[in-house]
Amino acid sequence: MAVSDLRRPPNRLRAISEGIIQFIALVAASISILTTGGIVLSLLFETISFFREVSIVEFLTETEWTPLFATKKFGIWPLVSATFLTSAIAMLVAVPLGLVAAIFLSEFASDRIRRTVKPLLEILAGIPTVVYGYFALTFLTPLLRNFIPGLSIFNSLSAGIVMGVMLIPFVTSLSEDALSAVPNSLREAAYGLGSTKFEVATLVVTPAAISGIVASIVLAFSRAVGETMIVAIAAGQNPRLTLDPTVPVMTMTSYIVQVSLGDTPYGSLEYYTLYAVGFTLFLFTFVLNVFSYWMVRKFREVYD
Amino acid sequence: MSTQEQARVSIQSAAERVDRGAGNLRWRHFKGRLLAVFGWFSIIFGLGMLLVLILDVINRATGIFSGGPNWLTWDFFNNFDSRFAQRAGAEAAIFGTLYTISLTILFSFPISVAAAIYLEEYASDNWFTRLIEINISNLAAVPSIIYGLLGLQVFARWLLFGRSILTGALTLTLLVMPIIIVASRESIRAVPLSLRQASYALGATRWQTVWNVVLPQSIGGILTGSILAVSRAIGETAPLITIGALTFVPFLPRGIMDIFTVLPIQIFNWTSRPQDDFRSLAAAGILVLLAILLTINALAIYLRNRYQKRY
Repeated sequence: MAVSDLRRPPNRLRAISEGIIQFIALVAASISILTTGGIVLSLLFETISFFREVSIVEFLTETEWTPLFATKKFGIWPLVSATFLTSAIAMLVAVPLGLVAAIFLSEFASDRIRRTVKPLLEILAGIPTVVYGYFALTFLTPLLRNFIPGLSIFNSLSAGIVMGVMLIPFVTSLSEDALSAVPNSLREAAYGLGSTKFEVATLVVTPAAISGIVASIVLAFSRAVGETMIVAIAAGQNPRLTLDPTVPVMTMTSYIVQVSLGDTPYGSLEYYTLYAVGFTLFLFTFVLNVFSYWMVRKFREVYD
Repeated sequence: MSTQEQARVSIQSAAERVDRGAGNLRWRHFKGRLLAVFGWFSIIFGLGMLLVLILDVINRATGIFSGGPNWLTWDFFNNFDSRFAQRAGAEAAIFGTLYTISLTILFSFPISVAAAIYLEEYASDNWFTRLIEINISNLAAVPSIIYGLLGLQVFARWLLFGRSILTGALTLTLLVMPIIIVASRESIRAVPLSLRQASYALGATRWQTVWNVVLPQSIGGILTGSILAVSRAIGETAPLITIGALTFVPFLPRGIMDIFTVLPIQIFNWTSRPQDDFRSLAAAGILVLLAILLTINALAIYLRNRYQKRY
């Protein structure tokens, strides 16, 4: 850039103040690296302390999680299974509804409808999760109990459904971006070969945008795994290894909330479990996030 | 089956599919209409849930449809929490939210905008810049409760800030920084290069250009993004529970080192109590929270329209 030669400040004093300003800005930007470092280190330190007292084999093979009982057992699987159960239910709601809405908005709806509906759907994403939790517990669960008699007051079904509703705009918005980034020449070529609108949307545009769509689904899943208040309020506080959506369970995030609400002394085994569970949660979401990032990079169709 | 045979079969089946399709044009168009119907269904399902949620909360809080008691009274804003639903209010929580969020804005806005300016205006394309960028996009996807664990360890324990407003605000600052940085960068990037070049041509230094040209041109987008980030922080519950924000605080905070509670935590606390009256109080709290968020979002939309620029 030729401009950069002209940026030389005219005198020394100004050169120094320019340098100071640049340094301050650099420090501000570097805080992001410190934050990541802080997260990894603080999780790692306390997790190592945890594994000094509990063997990693027990953590990965035991099927019960009872760190607050007299006979303590530290198997992570009940928490992991509950996390994936509620997340899977959420995805069953969010992926079909969100994807169909995205394809509809991008390929079928008029510009006016798109501009009205998208911000309206964004409101769903802006509702605090504690409100969704309240809604799941006090509205959806009593409603579902009319149809499913065996449904407990706390269950992963209604927590998962409400979480899915929360994630619809997330899937819709990201997938719609991917769909509308597909160039029009592809659509026109398909129409030229005699395709209908449906065939253009499902056989041409969706496959061309598949990397962005899959990335949006993976990111939504990662959101569901890390979601806390909905499951803490509506899914229960009972760690158990089950895939039954009608009974109370405890996710990794609910466990962190439950322990945080009590008065946990620093340096106790209970305190360390917080970080062992947190580290497991962080690993899961980190892998999902990296995967979605890689997915977009690797399989992006580049046009023009 | 040989490769040739396989190829023949697949071509045959493709041809059959085309034949079937061509002979059935009405069905092929019908599928499109079916998709549109499902599309509308998805949208109406989502928005319908939103409507039901809001009406249900309004009804529980004020009893407007069911004729129940109104919980959203003057007392609700003027009372502290209590074991008795009739005497419980959200005063401490509302002020706690106000203090925590003000401090969060104070910390996060200048740092995030400075970071965005660095990345857009100063940084050269090297490994360090890329490292910062990867970190920011990764941090934006880290679950909020993890930030709570970070705040508990680093601010509450290591820096000895305890369960204070300061710890809460610093934790929320780290949480919203990636959001503000991303929005600010987009807004700064949208300022055309020609404006910067004009500024340099007049002899301005880089910082003079940033301060007098780039920032005034991009402030609308920066403010909009920051306001949306703040509205996210207002609704956050999990990280503040993790750092130990207390739920029962029968006084107003006097300084940034005081213990505190916030509106979402108060709502969570009331929701977890078994009595129906507390659920109604929670609904009143939700209504206040949603009203605050709605006002803030309206402000963001107003600012976006006001500062919208086309080049």
